[in-house]
Amino acid sequence: MFVKQLSIFLENREGRLEEALKILKENGINIISLSLADTSDFGLLRLIVSDPSAAREVLKENKFTAQIGDIIAVRISHTVGSLSAILGAVTEAGINIEYMYTLSVGAEGASLALKTSDLEKTIDVIGTQEVHIYTQEELG
Amino acid sequence: MIWNEAKECMPRADIEALQSARLKKLVDRVYHNVEYYRRKMQEAGLEPMDINGVEDIEKLPFMTNEDLNKAYPLGLLAVPRSEIVRIHATSGTTGKPKIGAYTRRDIDIWAEGVARCMAMAGVTREDTVLVSYGYGLFTGGLGAHYGAEKIGAMVIPVSTGNTQKLITMLIDFQATVIACTPSYLLHIAETLEKENRVDQINLKCCICGAEPWTDEMRAQIEERLHIKAYDIYGLTEMMGPGVATDCEYHTGLHIWEDHFLPEIIDPATGKHVPEGETGELVITTLTKEGLPLVRYRTRDLTSLKYEKCACGRTMARIQRFKGRTDDMLIIKGVNVFPTQVEAALLTIDGTTPHYLMIVDRVDNQDTLEVQIEVEERFFSDEIRGLEELSSKVRAVLKTAIGLNARVKLVEPDTLEHSQGKTKHVVDKRKLYEG
Repeated sequence: MFVKQLSIFLENREGRLEEALKILKENGINIISLSLADTSDFGLLRLIVSDPSAAREVLKENKFTAQIGDIIAVRISHTVGSLSAILGAVTEAGINIEYMYTLSVGAEGASLALKTSDLEKTIDVIGTQEVHIYTQEELG
Repeated sequence: MIWNEAKECMPRADIEALQSARLKKLVDRVYHNVEYYRRKMQEAGLEPMDINGVEDIEKLPFMTNEDLNKAYPLGLLAVPRSEIVRIHATSGTTGKPKIGAYTRRDIDIWAEGVARCMAMAGVTREDTVLVSYGYGLFTGGLGAHYGAEKIGAMVIPVSTGNTQKLITMLIDFQATVIACTPSYLLHIAETLEKENRVDQINLKCCICGAEPWTDEMRAQIEERLHIKAYDIYGLTEMMGPGVATDCEYHTGLHIWEDHFLPEIIDPATGKHVPEGETGELVITTLTKEGLPLVRYRTRDLTSLKYEKCACGRTMARIQRFKGRTDDMLIIKGVNVFPTQVEAALLTIDGTTPHYLMIVDRVDNQDTLEVQIEVEERFFSDEIRGLEELSSKVRAVLKTAIGLNARVKLVEPDTLEHSQGKTKHVVDKRKLYEG
């Protein structure tokens, strides 16, 4: 039910983002979605890719710190209040949303990546809502 | 002005004769009165009669920091305890504090040494000397105080900690001399400039020491406060400030060779280096009664100049310090060894991450940045997790070395690694160059 996300530690230095993306390109890894969080000193690149394990290996070989973790990817309808409805349900269940970003997949609706304090429970909670939960295969 | 011309301008041959006589007596004294020295000499197969003058000094074993640690607190006392009238000590951030134990005569000689230094800076009985070194276990405050009093100057013991109070005393009493650390004096200068009060002071010179400083800092002090700056050198375990100072020609620090016998050795072999070459400064206290030190390795790298100075003094001049034989750093007046930082980082999760300490001086204040490579075991896909890592590192460093460091997380393998010795320190302050 979960989707594998690849996180990469980036120092705030010129060319680091490009360097990481270049390594993925050279190894034939397709980026399905991308989000970049930054602070004054460093950045965190979060990716959904075609082959997370291979991506992590090549990044490691090139001295990047990268990690694979689970997230939930969902598609909701393009209607007013649909996002608010799921988030409301999650919050009500006492689950914290650690971070969230939009996914560039799917022709209809809006897709999101969600990282919460309790992924299992989140699935249970949002399963009752009008959402589609992506599998890894669907995204790859 | 020369305080004690008979001594300070002695011909070289007379200095050596005096040193030889005093060294002989010293060796005799420590051999008979201090078990630690007796054992050390016996281990080296030496008896007092083997030392007949300065030419024999290389036969004597060295004293190091480790010896002082072993003999802490008063294992090296060469007089009955009742003869000691005062104790001083270093902060001892890295192990045992170093101790100064003084007889009444030691205090007199200390005051004489500081008086010579202050006279060299032009201080007379007409002057008002504001002492802003810490008073207490630290030798700075009381050392400068006794020296200025010996000259007969009016001494204001302001100590440290209250800049506004200091400025009030400085202006109200029209102090002509200030004794403090160079970085603190620059802070005072800044405060005076901000308050537009530089023209209300009446300073003519400063006697600065207790931390390494650069020619740029000297130039800044002289220019911003319109005064002459003099550098004073000393070590608690030797006595305190007043071991050496620079004269108006600023060509090195004149060391009082009638009381302190300096040598320069190759730190690797322990042998004397040819005159004028750089090596480790070793000092023997020729006249100290309470806690004499024979061939104490200071770990400071420098060279000595013996020719007569333009000021008329014949006492040898310690040249600019080139560094240290160990990796000790002085950051904001705190002695820091990279091994302490390493040990602190080890507590984070049992193995030491790759790290680099960057020491700099920004607006005359020392800064410490510690860069840590974010290895996989530290990594988190949440910003919060990484920020927690930074705060944790900051906290363990604060506990270990007492300084607030800026922590920067960097990518793996961005810090220099090598098979042998990895570089852990970059000191951008350039204290030892030029």
